[in-house]
Amino acid sequence: MSTLHAAIIFPFILAIAVPLLQKLPGRPHPGWAVLSGPAALFVYFLAQIPLVQSTGGIASAISWIPSLGIEFIVNLDGLSLLFVLLITGIGSLVVLYSVFYMNKEKEAIYRFYVYLLLFMGAMLGVVLSDNLIVLYGFWELTSISSFLLIAFWHHRERSRYGALKSMLITVFGGLAMLGGFVLIYLMTGSFSLKEIVQSADMIAAHPLLLPALVLVLLGAFTKSAQFPFHIWLPDAMEAPTPVSAYLHSATMVKAGLYLVARFSPVFSGQAAWFWLVCAVGLTTLVFGSFKAIKQTDLKAMLAFSTISQLGLIMALLGLGSAAGYFTDGQQSLFYSKATMAAIFHLINHAVFKGALFMVVGIVDHETGTRDIRKLGGLMTLMPVTFTAALIGTFSMAGIPPFGGFLSKELFFTAVLNAQELGIWSMQTWGGLFPVIAWVASVFTFTYSMILLFRTFMGKRQHGAPEKQPHEAPVGMLISPAIMASLALLFGLFPGLLTYSLIEPAMASILPGLLAPGEKFLVSIPFWHGWTTEVFMTLGVILIGSGLFALQPRLRALHRPLFSRISLNAAYDSGLRVLERSSRRLTNRYMTGSVRDYLVYIFTFLVVVLGAIMVAFDGFGIDMSSFAPITIYEAAILLALIGAAIAVPFANSRLLAIILTGAAGYMVTLFFVIFRAPDLALTQLIVETVSVTLFLLCFYHLPKLKKELSVLKFKLTNFLVSLGVGVMVTLIALSALSEGSSHPFESISKFFLEASYTLAGGKNVVNVILVDFRGFDTMLEIVVLGIASLAIYAMIRLNLGEDGEQVPPHA
Amino acid sequence: MELMMAIAVGILFMIGVYLILSRSLLRIILGTSLLTHAVHLLLLTMARLKKGAPPLLGEQASAYTDPIPAALILTSIVISFGVTSFFFVLAYKSYQKLQTDDMEQLRGDEGE
Repeated sequence: MSTLHAAIIFPFILAIAVPLLQKLPGRPHPGWAVLSGPAALFVYFLAQIPLVQSTGGIASAISWIPSLGIEFIVNLDGLSLLFVLLITGIGSLVVLYSVFYMNKEKEAIYRFYVYLLLFMGAMLGVVLSDNLIVLYGFWELTSISSFLLIAFWHHRERSRYGALKSMLITVFGGLAMLGGFVLIYLMTGSFSLKEIVQSADMIAAHPLLLPALVLVLLGAFTKSAQFPFHIWLPDAMEAPTPVSAYLHSATMVKAGLYLVARFSPVFSGQAAWFWLVCAVGLTTLVFGSFKAIKQTDLKAMLAFSTISQLGLIMALLGLGSAAGYFTDGQQSLFYSKATMAAIFHLINHAVFKGALFMVVGIVDHETGTRDIRKLGGLMTLMPVTFTAALIGTFSMAGIPPFGGFLSKELFFTAVLNAQELGIWSMQTWGGLFPVIAWVASVFTFTYSMILLFRTFMGKRQHGAPEKQPHEAPVGMLISPAIMASLALLFGLFPGLLTYSLIEPAMASILPGLLAPGEKFLVSIPFWHGWTTEVFMTLGVILIGSGLFALQPRLRALHRPLFSRISLNAAYDSGLRVLERSSRRLTNRYMTGSVRDYLVYIFTFLVVVLGAIMVAFDGFGIDMSSFAPITIYEAAILLALIGAAIAVPFANSRLLAIILTGAAGYMVTLFFVIFRAPDLALTQLIVETVSVTLFLLCFYHLPKLKKELSVLKFKLTNFLVSLGVGVMVTLIALSALSEGSSHPFESISKFFLEASYTLAGGKNVVNVILVDFRGFDTMLEIVVLGIASLAIYAMIRLNLGEDGEQVPPHA
Repeated sequence: MELMMAIAVGILFMIGVYLILSRSLLRIILGTSLLTHAVHLLLLTMARLKKGAPPLLGEQASAYTDPIPAALILTSIVISFGVTSFFFVLAYKSYQKLQTDDMEQLRGDEGE
């Protein structure tokens, strides 16, 4: 147990404590109490920066399930530090914002904070865990708490739909990831990330490499809403806005990026890893930015923007992984620039996207709508909100002097560098990278401008809600203002981040590139001359502005283009088809008819027995030891078979009962012939009583319906029963033949010898029943007792529909 | 003799199963009765049908038949009698309540 463990557990304890706040007098907003949690953690983690910078990480372990190699190890290195600061920092701002956003009278506010704190603790656990199983546990906890938060307004249909969708997709990915973790464990024998990184060479040469890699990536792609698993994110926008700002822009969706970065030391240098991460990232980038233009709902636009920016970071992480391929230090460092860009943009994105979501929340709160077609002209009414929105969107579009500009420049540098990569057929495809990046940037610029200008500029639209919009309360503006200032600050002084956060994070993503004691040279120059990147940015602004101006006319053009490819429709119909076909399949064999089930059971029995006997060569008939047959036996046998065969042909119930009774008496005769007097006696009595019972009940039964009185011949029934009969005969004969070479004698010799000397009885069967094996007899008496009690209860107990005893003859 | 017995047991099994697969509840009960007989005969046969005196020590015989299967069968007879009579009364009650012994009509309805 260390302070790091306490930091993970703290939000969970707070989550337990939050409902107790309801008892406080005056019922203050619980958000204030909750705020202390992330704020304290943020300060604590800030204080760890120097330590992580100098030592490279702090680790501490608690034993959990040591026999399975599962230890609760936490490890705070550069990458984890970056994420915990994002989680706790933005978490504090979101809680602060939610205090003013969530109405404590009208909303289930305590529940909200319980879920939010659960999520925060789970997210801290994901980024701090060193053990893969522990990481997976926290990972699923983020899925569950996100599910709860999306469906916070659970009376709405759309919220429940969105929550279910995100749950299904992220849990699918989570399970795939678990599979990947297990494969990694098979390869390395360890669940500890640190030890796995050390055996990266072993993994690289292992045949299970590719499946493990793909499964881990599936987890990352679903969580980070990468193409084609992005469809859950726009629907998750039904959550309250603070949740969207926190989970679906800054933290949870970056868990996938964290995973990719975390596994980079293991898989980097692999062509499959490079191509999967890059290709999926770039596809997501272009697709997300393209779709964002079309959205009319502000949150949906931000959702697609998030998707696209996550794709950008993913692609940069992929490009950065190429550094692992080169052993030459200089070349590695050259490509590691992409990793630097990824980390820098990750920070920038968290900051400006958080601010933008909060801005949209304010607009929604103050005007009552998020529909871009109903908004406009809010600039003068909401100047502070507008300023925050301006900084956020300009940073997103990559316009100087904001943080987004610098990360976009670094992104262009990285894709331009990628062309020089002489490996993995990049000679052929490398040229595509800058083109895709540039096109996506143009789209990004366009939707950023739409977001800003359609909301805040122009005239107020007709059909706007009657609510007179005005500036939000100060408390609501604090958080977006802080985030917007950070976006500006990181743009003007990127040096603030370089050695404090980015360098340690790079050291944990790309270990082994540096000699001991060496550090990455991280420099993010604000201006580096008239380079290609600058001209690309100028082009983006130029073409993007043009697209923005033409956008109302383009809308008609690209609407049909969108309706062609709809992944949502594929998801929905996929679920429907799955449900329907599963129902159809179940209905096909679960017919509700006992006969069908018996046919399955008997067929299975015959097939399995037959297959096993054939497979092990079990059939074999040797009649040498069989006893000879006599005339009496033959006669009784014929009578037995005759009586039995006649039963199915009997067309009255009475005849069938009597024929069965006759068969029973033939069995009694067999017992006489084969020298078993006790058996014969019992069988005779039992058969008589049974037949009497049958006849007694028979008298009370209604008349048989005509069509049932004759048993119709059914071929399947005949074949199945023939199979059972033949199988029994064959197995019995095979077992009997085996008997001639049996290695041991029967134990009956003991009973015959000891019956008189030990038990004092001459009837050996009776002595066995009551003395040697008396237990059987006792329980058989119990069976009879239960049967008679049950029969009595069944006849006397006559409950009606309401569970009351119905009086007889009522 | 064992060969004949094995074949007879097989036939009893076949008829029992065939009756169990029918639609009438009564035939199903009769089928289980026949199956019970088949199993008892099978138990007896598997201990070999070599001749000897009944397992009564007063007989002073040189060889006795095997007493163990006899004890097992005796237990089984009693148990199957209990189960059969219970099953039969159950069938009788369901007749009374539901006015049918047709297994197809005793199926649960969809969605109920």
